[in-house]
Parts: sequence; structure tokens; C-alpha cells
Amino acid sequence: MSTMAVPDIAVAPVDEGFWTRSRKVGLTLLGLGLLSAVLFGALATDQQARFTLSDDAAGAALEINGTIGAILFGIIAIAAGAALLAGVPKRWFLPVLAVGLVGFVLSFLCWQISAAPTGQNFMPLVNIIRGTFILALPLIFGALAGVLCERSGVVNVAIEGQLLMGAFSGALFGSISGSVWVGLVAAAIGGAFISLLLAVFAIRYLVDQVVMGIVLNLLAVGVTGFLYERLMQTDAARYNSAPRFSNWEIPLLKDIPVLGPALFRGNIFLYLGLLLVLVIHIALFRTRWGLRTRSVGEHPIAADTLGVKVLRVRYRNVLLAGVVAGIGGASYTLALYSFTKNMIGGKGFIALAALIFGRWNPTGALLAALFFGFADQLATYLGAISSSIPSQFLAMLPYLATILAVAGLVGRVRAPAADGKPYIKG
Amino acid sequence: MEPGEIHALLGENGAGKSTLMNVLYGLYQPDEGEILVDGKPLKLKGPSDAIGAGIGMVHQHFMLVPVFTVTENIMLGAEQVRGGIAGFLDRRRARREVTEVSERYNLRVDPDAVIEDLPVGIQQRVEIVKALTRDVDLLILDEPTAVLTPQETEELLTVMRSLKAAGKSIVFITHKLGEVKAIADRITVIRRGKTVGTASPEASRDELAALMVGRNVRLTVDKTPATPGEPVLEVSGLVVDDDRQIRAVDGIDLTVRAGEVLGVAGVQGNGQTELIEAIMGLRPVLGGTVSLVGDRINGWKPKRVLRAGVGYVPEDRSVDGLVKEFSVAENLVLDIYDRPPFGAGLALKPDAIAASAKERIEQFDVRTSSADAAVGTLSGGNQQKVIVARELSRPLKLLIAAQPTRGVDVGSIEFIHSQIIHERDVGTAVMVVSSELDEVIGLADRIAVMYRGRIIGIVGPDTPREEIGLLMAGITPDAANERNTDAVPGDGPATDGSPASDPGSASEDEA
Repeated sequence: MSTMAVPDIAVAPVDEGFWTRSRKVGLTLLGLGLLSAVLFGALATDQQARFTLSDDAAGAALEINGTIGAILFGIIAIAAGAALLAGVPKRWFLPVLAVGLVGFVLSFLCWQISAAPTGQNFMPLVNIIRGTFILALPLIFGALAGVLCERSGVVNVAIEGQLLMGAFSGALFGSISGSVWVGLVAAAIGGAFISLLLAVFAIRYLVDQVVMGIVLNLLAVGVTGFLYERLMQTDAARYNSAPRFSNWEIPLLKDIPVLGPALFRGNIFLYLGLLLVLVIHIALFRTRWGLRTRSVGEHPIAADTLGVKVLRVRYRNVLLAGVVAGIGGASYTLALYSFTKNMIGGKGFIALAALIFGRWNPTGALLAALFFGFADQLATYLGAISSSIPSQFLAMLPYLATILAVAGLVGRVRAPAADGKPYIKG
Repeated sequence: MEPGEIHALLGENGAGKSTLMNVLYGLYQPDEGEILVDGKPLKLKGPSDAIGAGIGMVHQHFMLVPVFTVTENIMLGAEQVRGGIAGFLDRRRARREVTEVSERYNLRVDPDAVIEDLPVGIQQRVEIVKALTRDVDLLILDEPTAVLTPQETEELLTVMRSLKAAGKSIVFITHKLGEVKAIADRITVIRRGKTVGTASPEASRDELAALMVGRNVRLTVDKTPATPGEPVLEVSGLVVDDDRQIRAVDGIDLTVRAGEVLGVAGVQGNGQTELIEAIMGLRPVLGGTVSLVGDRINGWKPKRVLRAGVGYVPEDRSVDGLVKEFSVAENLVLDIYDRPPFGAGLALKPDAIAASAKERIEQFDVRTSSADAAVGTLSGGNQQKVIVARELSRPLKLLIAAQPTRGVDVGSIEFIHSQIIHERDVGTAVMVVSSELDEVIGLADRIAVMYRGRIIGIVGPDTPREEIGLLMAGITPDAANERNTDAVPGDGPATDGSPASDPGSASEDEA
């Protein structure tokens, strides 16, 4: 390599002036920090805010005086904001931002916990972490389905329908056969069925992919709703009482404090979801399949001229996405609840938001899904301690975060270049 | 095709050159006929068959994934993998292969650079390396010089010669006669999908042009010396951003006088588009002023600019110049449909529109089945004539023509050029922006060369091409002179240290 003097080509940096994105974010964070230190600090009480390392009030806990905690964590957020405003090296941007946001959230929690009715001034961390993952699980599967599909250039708005169809077929065939495994396979096939429709219409008949996705969601709601009323409700014992995967405890890992009871005594779907994130991430960026998938999503004509079968890659990925989302749907009906009408309730769309927030990247999607799951879990928790904050407010968070993400506040979001564009040969 | 031969395929735009080559590369299927390789008929179901048969192609629009690295682009479709069915990419091996091939053929590329960060000339090199790593014997280059500076073109020709020396055959598709004569061993001329003749590179330009077009054409523009009058367009200190908010025009001053043609030369993407759009009111002016006969017009809406007597031939006719689904007649009045005699109040006057269309179709020699035919059904040249007809039918003070003959057949080029010169002769100020250097040289009375958002020099039309080429690559005469003056003081054939050869490497650093 040393013999090759390659001309050093620099890309002209975007001249943003003083108000770079990092500084704007810093200013926002500074504002949030001030708000939390002053307002949360004033509203918090002198009660100890306890974060217990267990499922309930008992056991070891991290505790801090409510007022002091709210102010202290607020100051951390202010400091992080000030650091960004002063200007930090690029690779420090995300870590500093994360510290600042965590500070803000902790300040908020100190206020809430200390202001809770006496006897409820604690937050059970194990419970919260477990809940976050459980609530994030359909989002993780859904967002991975989005990654698989959209990285190959097919927009997947039908995640909701794929999840719902998976949940339904898992419940139905699980009940009939009495086997969780049959249910799981049926769920995968159910999701893939919606995907097949999406693939055929989007790839073969060049129908607008967003419109097609929406129509498929409505179709899934209609079909499962109809069959639920006509079939499942008439004989619930036979058609809607699927067996459930029991919790599997993972040796050794289950004994880790806090994380062990929170994560490693869960069901197969939790492990499968996390494993899939890892597998898809590696496959996408390290394997032939991944390279071809991404090339087809970015520049299908180029891929075609090199002998990559563009349409075949797209069909395969869309179907795979259906399988993943179908299994995600089963994480409801084969582990938690029996099937009810429209039981996914918009999670497919939040998964889409997680996909965008996570920048079409499996790991990013996981983090986004966990963030949304945490917001969801927090809403439940605040309800339990009869907080003054309306739970609807927190339910808004995923959408708010997505708007911010798309607006470019968390870095430039760039979809695969050919996402949503049908490929016509010649 | 013989081994080690450079075979030029010459033809006008739309003559069928690219289609033929896409068939050869397996992208399109032939309706009839067959392809013979080493005497055996070859059936190509797709590009992979073509690659297997040793045929590689560098497309006119590069087939590179912009967000991938050079190595990723080159390995795509022929990946070296490890780990059996999992198919893990063997990047190290691929990288080594890229380095090896690029060294063997002296095509320097950085295997880890991301394509979208590379200048066009280097991207093209990546394309060639990509084909070479696939062990092709026959390389098809489709209009490879369309996007290059003269120096980059010169380098490409050198590369082609060395490939030829290595025994590769090359099909070189172009419509530029000079390059063909410079490098081809054999020339096939194509017109309207048929081979109309073969020629040797010794044939004169005029002969080749006549074969291409089917009749004799004038390759130069006839014009009398200009008689410039008062300044019409005055631009000073103009600053404009492109769509990505990156500075595209960075402080430009220029003046166009009545009765002269100012040609703007430059490699595409050096701010020409943004300059024109800013003048026309299509793009916000961030600094500086634009004035038209003394009136400051920045901030004006495009319609007001047009009404003030500015004619505009946009660079991409299908996007900005015409409504393809509308008829020829409708397109001819897009600018003044709401004015008498074509419109009154809310209504259009179809009779007046039809009558004027008939007249202008005749006057501007627009070949269309009728005035009611959708403009999209016309050939590129005739579409362009519709735009020119529309713009020149108003009394103008200033005509701005961007790429006025891009994708237009030679016959129409001749006609459009004569119309532009005619407009100049009646006292209109004309500004022609073109990435075809020949066109600028042919039309202009003064040539402004743009480079990276600035005017790097203004020269006369009889300036040597090489000098303009250097300017296009960002090298000013001062810099070039310094190099030359070292050699010049001693007399004799010192001019041989010609600027055309040595800055080749400089141009790629700068591009």
C-alpha cells in the first residue's frame, strides 16, 4: 500500500457557522437541565428517593434525598449541555448527550419518587428493567422486520399487520395443536403471508409501497377481527387458549444482581429478540447476503449490472421480515395474553419509528425500541404511584422522539437511497 | 472485435449505441440476431453471463453504490467469502485484489475510500478496476468522457492505451470526433439503430460527422464579430448555496453586454447551475446583487424576471423546461398563457394558441406530428427547439441558455446555435452555459471559466483549448506560466513542456 500515493481528497465540510447541531442540542439540554434543577428541585420533597435493586420495596437500595437528587442530577444535565455548547470532539457528542439525558431523567424521577404518597417512595429497578424489555420486545421484532425489508429497498409500513397476523396465527394454531412450537411456526408463516402480499404487489406489480402497507394493516385488522369474533369467541377454549412458553432461567447469568432477575429469567422471545439483533447486525455488515441486500437497497441498477438478482433479494428479504415480525406477534399470544381484537394497538407503527430513530441499523433500532419501552414502562409506574403527570404525556414520547429524529436533531437520518422505489429492469 | 483493439462506436445521441451495448452486456434481451464470441454464438440472460464471457462495461452513469467503499463496490457480485453457508466477506483478500489490479494497470485508487467522497474521474477509474478484477477481455466504455475535464480525458486515453497494450479489447462509445480520431483503431458509425459505415481513424472530422448525421454539417458556428453595447446583466459578489446548503457560488462578478455572447465553461457541478438559478430567481441569493439594465432583480420571483425580458433555456429540459404530458402548443405558451392574445381573464384562447403554435413550429423547424402531440413524444432535439421557440418569441433583453444542446442531434445543434447567434445580432445579451467546451468556444465572444463556485478566469474565444482546460481544472495561467517560464527563456522548442501533459495529476488532486 505504501507505494500507492493516493491523492488526499477531502470532502468540503459543511460550514454551519457557530450554531452547529452539537451546539443546538447542547443549548436544548442546558435548558432541560435548568428546568429540572429548578422546577423538579422545587417540587421534590425531603423524602428519600429509593431505587431498590429488587422487585419490591425490600432489599438493598440506592437512595438519595429527593430535593438534593433532583437538583444534583439537574446540574449534571446542565453540565453536559454546557459542555456541548462549549464544543466537544465529535466522538464525544453522543456519550455526553447520553449523560445529560440520563441526568434529566434521574432528576425527574427523584422529584416523582420523593413526592409519591408515603410508603411508595421507591422505584423497583428489576421490575422497571424487565418491564422495559417486555414492552420493547414487539418493537424490537417489528423494527428488525423493518430493517430487513427497507435495507433491500422495500418500505415496510405493514409491520403492524405482520405483528397482528403473527399474534393471531400463533394463538389459533397453538390452541388447536396444543403445542407452542406449532404456534411459533404458524406465527412466522402468518407474518410471512402479509409479507408475501406486500412483496408481490410492491415488487411484481409496482404498487406504491406505503399505500400497500397501510392497506395490508387494515386487511390484517379486518381478517383477524372477523375470525376472532366468528371463531375464537364462539369456542375460546378450543381456538384461543394457546399454551405459553414458560420462563427459562439461564444458568450463571440469572445470578447477576439486578440484571439477572430482570433479563435472564425471561421467555424464549426475549432471548430470541436480542439474539436476532446481533445476528442481523453482523449479517448485514459482514456477509455476502448483507452486502447484496444493502447494494439492492441503495443502488439496484448497479447491483444488477454485477449479476445480483435484485428482485430475488427483495422477495427474500421481505419474506424474512414477515417471519421475524410474525414471531414478534407471537411474543404476545404464546407468552403473555390470549388473542384479542387489534391487540397490537399501534406498536407496529412505533416499531417503524424505532427503525427510523435507529437509523435503519439493527443495534440502533434496539436502543430506540428500549427507549420507547422505557417511556411506556415509566408511564405505568407513574400511574402506580399516582403521579401528577398524566400518563398520556409519556405515551406521546415515542412520536415526539421520532419527529426530533426525522428533523435531524440526533444526527442526519438517511434512509437507504432506493427505499420505496420499485425496480424495473431495463 | 479483435484482441487488443480499440473499436470506437460513433453515433449521435439516440442512435442506439448504448442500447446495443446494453444488449451485449446482457441487460437487455435482443429481439432478433445473435452475438458471436470466438465464433460461437452466445446467449446472455443477464450481466453475470456477460461477465462470465469476459465482457465488462463501464456505464455512462456509474454503477457504483455511493455509500459503499471502493472495495465493497468492486467485490459486490463476486464476493470472496469464508465460513461456508454464513458467507462472511473476506474483505482483506478483496482489498488485496483491488490493490493488485490497480497497481498492475497503474490505476491508483484508495480501496477504503467511500465512493461519494471521490471525484468523478476517480469514480470512473474504480469502474474500470471493477471490470478488470473480473478478468474481462472486452471492456465497453459508454460515453466515458462526458463528465471529465480535458486533462482527465487525456489520462483516460492513456489508460485505454495501456489496457490495449495488455491485450484487452475496448469498445469506446462516444459522439466526440476528436477522441475517436485520437485513439480508435477502427470506427463504426451508427445512425438510427443501423450501422451506416466503418471508417479508419484517418478519416477527416467532416467525413465522420457526415456519416453520423447522414449529410454534411457545419462543425463551427458562423458568426461575425460581436458589437457589444451597454451592460445588461450585472452580477456582483453573488453567493448562493446548493440544495445541501453547501456553498456553490462563492462571490461571482460578471457582466453581460447587449449584443455579445458570454460563454460560461466549466466541469459540471462547479456552481453553474446555482448561478443561473439565482439569476432567474429560482434559488435564494445569500449575498451580492444581480441587476438587469440597472434594476436590482435579486429577490424577484421567476415570473417577474421572465416578464422583465429574460429568456431562459434550462439545463434539464425534461424537468424544468417542458411539461411532457402537455401538447406542443401548450408548451409554447407556458410563459405567457395568461396574457393576451392567449388568455383573457380566467379563460384561455385556444384559437390564438393554436395559430401561434402553427407559426412557431414552422419558423423553428419543430418536427412533430401535430401541434397537439404531447411534447414528450418528440425527440430530444425537437423538444429543445420547442423551448428555444418559446423563449425567443418574446422580446428579450437577456437570454440565458444552459446546456442548450445537451442530448440534441447534430442537425438541431446547428439550428439552435444559429438562433442563439441571431438573437445576439439583434442586440440581446446572451449567456451560454455549457459543459461542452467546443460549444462554448464556438458560440462565445468571451469565455468565463467557473471552478468551485468562482470565476477563475475570463478569456477570449481564440484561447487555446488546453489553457481553458487547465482553468476548468482550477489551474490559472499564472500558475501554469510559472512552470512554463522556467523552460521558455532559452529559445527553441521549449514550448514542449506543454501544460496539457503534466497537470494531469494535478487535476485529480484538485477535482
